Amino acid sequence: MPQPRKTLVVVGHGPVGHCLVEAALERGLTGGWDVVVLGEEPRPAYDRVGLTSYFSHLDPDELSLLPTGGYDDPHVRLHTGQTVTEIDRARRCVVTDRGDVHDYHALVLATGSYPFVPPIPGHDADGCFVYRTIEDLEAIRSEAGSARAGIVIGGGLLGLEAANALKQLGVQTHVVEMAGRPMPMQVDDAGGAMLRRCIEDLGVRLHCGVRTTAIETGDDGRIARLVLDEGDPIDADLLVFSAGIRPRDQLARECGLEVGERGGVLVDEQCRSINDPDVFAVGECAAPGGRVYGLVAPGYAMAETVVDHLLDGGGVFAGADMSTKLKLLGVDVASFGDAFGTAEDSLELVFSDAVAGVYKKLVVDADGRRLLGGVLVGDASSYGLLRPMASSGQTIKGNVEDLILPAGGGPGAGADALPDEAVVCNCRNVTRGAICETIRTEGCSGMACVKSCTTAGTVCGSCVPVVKSLLEGELKAQGVEVSKGICEHFELTRQELYDVIKVKRIRTFAELLETHGQGSGCDVCKPAVASIMASQTGRYVLDKSTASLQDTNDWYLANLQRNGTYSVVPRVPGGEITPDKLIVIGEVARDFGLYTKITGGQRIDLFGARVEQLPAIWRRLVDAGFESGHAYGKALRTVKSCVGSTWCRYGVQDSVEMAIELELRYRGLRSPHKIKAGVSGCARECAEARAKDIGVIATERGWNLYVAGNGGFSPRHAQEFATDLDRDTLIAYIDRFLMYYIRTADRLQRTAPWVESIEGGLDHVRSVVVDDALGLAAELEADMARHVSSYADEWKATLEDPEALRRFVSFVNAPDVSDPSITWDIERDQIRPRAGADEPATEGAPVVVAGAQIPVGAPS
Amino acid sequence: MSRWVPVCRYDQLEVERGSAALVEGEQIALYRLPDGSVHALHNRDPFSRAYVMARGIVGSFGGTPYVASPMHKQGFSLATGQCLDDAETAVKVYPVRISDGVVHVAWEGSP
Repeated sequence: MPQPRKTLVVVGHGPVGHCLVEAALERGLTGGWDVVVLGEEPRPAYDRVGLTSYFSHLDPDELSLLPTGGYDDPHVRLHTGQTVTEIDRARRCVVTDRGDVHDYHALVLATGSYPFVPPIPGHDADGCFVYRTIEDLEAIRSEAGSARAGIVIGGGLLGLEAANALKQLGVQTHVVEMAGRPMPMQVDDAGGAMLRRCIEDLGVRLHCGVRTTAIETGDDGRIARLVLDEGDPIDADLLVFSAGIRPRDQLARECGLEVGERGGVLVDEQCRSINDPDVFAVGECAAPGGRVYGLVAPGYAMAETVVDHLLDGGGVFAGADMSTKLKLLGVDVASFGDAFGTAEDSLELVFSDAVAGVYKKLVVDADGRRLLGGVLVGDASSYGLLRPMASSGQTIKGNVEDLILPAGGGPGAGADALPDEAVVCNCRNVTRGAICETIRTEGCSGMACVKSCTTAGTVCGSCVPVVKSLLEGELKAQGVEVSKGICEHFELTRQELYDVIKVKRIRTFAELLETHGQGSGCDVCKPAVASIMASQTGRYVLDKSTASLQDTNDWYLANLQRNGTYSVVPRVPGGEITPDKLIVIGEVARDFGLYTKITGGQRIDLFGARVEQLPAIWRRLVDAGFESGHAYGKALRTVKSCVGSTWCRYGVQDSVEMAIELELRYRGLRSPHKIKAGVSGCARECAEARAKDIGVIATERGWNLYVAGNGGFSPRHAQEFATDLDRDTLIAYIDRFLMYYIRTADRLQRTAPWVESIEGGLDHVRSVVVDDALGLAAELEADMARHVSSYADEWKATLEDPEALRRFVSFVNAPDVSDPSITWDIERDQIRPRAGADEPATEGAPVVVAGAQIPVGAPS
Repeated sequence: MSRWVPVCRYDQLEVERGSAALVEGEQIALYRLPDGSVHALHNRDPFSRAYVMARGIVGSFGGTPYVASPMHKQGFSLATGQCLDDAETAVKVYPVRISDGVVHVAWEGSP
């Protein structure tokens, strides 16, 4: 005999109520139950975690968790816009504001919470709002149009969200927090201080450690200012309360259900009221064990528990992980596990970089072998890995500090070390084992498939890097693999090496090798690391710490030519040179017998110098005011220019002045490959700027910027990047572009292939440089400012360093003997290397042995 | 018969770099490695025929110490002189001994 169908009534259709219905559908509860859902709001459940995004799209459908408006099962009936006004437990029914009566066999309260409004005088004045529903946001938005200044009361998670929204609406924003730091529930004092700096840098004023005493109104009855217990009142025409939540348990109280001390329906571990076995409560209106959980993930877990119970399963809700990760005002903040180090004998490990605005704290056990919890501010990329590591209680493999330093393989690295039972997706409660198993059985090859098959990563997204890493691991096990390491000594890409060196402030190759590599390095990794260190520290390239890593060109600060001699290129910024300096170059070339050629970059190359001649040649050049042209380095080479508006009758801007400014700004900048630039004074483009990595072309209104061009083997025209820029903006964009390139490009990758290979291509680069999509602009500019201020001519430095000069010898045991293998022929009145240098000279051809016979040093 | 020829003081050699030396008119390249050992190769790069081997970067390839020619980056084992990129090519290696702080190479005459 078939069982009679039962009715489940769900009161409230927020994210948790929706989750409960979804779980009921998935697990087949509707086979025996009819589900009636009564929602008070005018629309079905929507994503409250992402509420603030509403301001950017103003489309409620974007937030909807049920875009179709209903469930695809006739046994589920969803009624929106209906408020339950009474629960009659004796008759087992609920009554709505329309007078409808719904009988139930089981009742679930999922009524959520309401924002707490502190009962200070004036709290109900016009212009005061809360931040909970789409309707609240609509009201704030219409008010913000005319508002100048706004205040958010409460510097917690939601308060900062609200502050972000006000700021985006163009309102001067203040946040008032009673505790001494923002987000007191999630971060510690030091993390709070870092967060505070980050937030204030964004223009939001933070008032911590103060209480609000009254809201004063103007003659129109609207808020005029907020009075604090100390300090000046804050003038504002808009105020948002975000001082915490309170469970909406009124219905439960009225029908005699017991509630917790701080509110919330008291439920057991099946989420069942302790007074009535047919009534359940889930989410923020429930208080399992007396505790209210103000996060969505525990609510989902409670919803699953109730469905399991109704199916006679044995699931229980045994408390929840209160870990959180979110982006507030563009600042990553995360807190997980025992964030405040309350466990006995726990130790704290802190990494703090005030310049980059990063603070990370790990709490570990007394042995430093188990991760208990932590706080991440500014960079929470490792959250996805650290949270499950803390909750699983596994032993840490390797260096504990590596966990907070971006070592190895990015944010998902280390996922392989997690045990199978570690919960990777906290929101959906999906374990590592379940993810890997699904990848294998479903044959997933991409993230979309993994997400839809496991639901991992579909709520807050913080675990996506770890899930991705698990997917890569599984694919690798199936034989799909590409090694990303730069060489056999490092499993890191150049970009990862860049990050590791930056964050750990590694200053020697030996230290890098010891902590992140193996073996003793090679001609691939050594120069790459030397270049990275040079671009980060701006230190002298022949500094003891990096000198031995340099390729022969950077070791001798000259370009090796085919017969073992070197060429010398003094810098001629913008190609502009005085006759006197031109004469000096001529004299040096003549006195040292060097072959002379004008280069494509508007300067002069002097060929045929022996290593032991280089210091004497440069002594003459430096004395005459020349400096290194870095023709030998993976660095900025030249900024070529046309003559520009000063002389040219077509020119519209002074291209020479701009080229000189750019060349002096970026000279000496070490990069993944050489960088060339050009500036043209009008659209005729005589400087061929569009064949350069950085091309600048004058317009009537300013400068157009082109990027990622090159000549050479695979010529590329530079692409238009931004137009009609003023000087400051142009320089800011070039600063950011170059630094982003230096950070993220592969070794020996010029800008064109870099732009082609980077995910999102030129649009991505533009979003980073122009729109600051990654929030990196200030950092990139600061990195460049450091380069500019620390620049020093490396040839001048070499001449002043007796230690560095020691290397400029022909033979360690015969410094006064020149390399006898170097011999010359004469062609068109200049020297040229003898073909087959070590073979006997052709009979009858003139042999010139230059160098050794030529007096060195300044002519008397 | 080879004999030990003194070349230079050990402390004249830069760590992890090569130095060119002249032995009876012939050019050799000496490399002082981080582990303290010294290796000697003939200084001529067989590919470019330039005397530049001493100016290459030293490193390890699968555990074998090697030097990369600064000209076109072919690697040569410091132990055997064998080119790592071309089985047909090698440079001469010289046994090295250090005594009383002086580097000696075993010398037979010109290669």
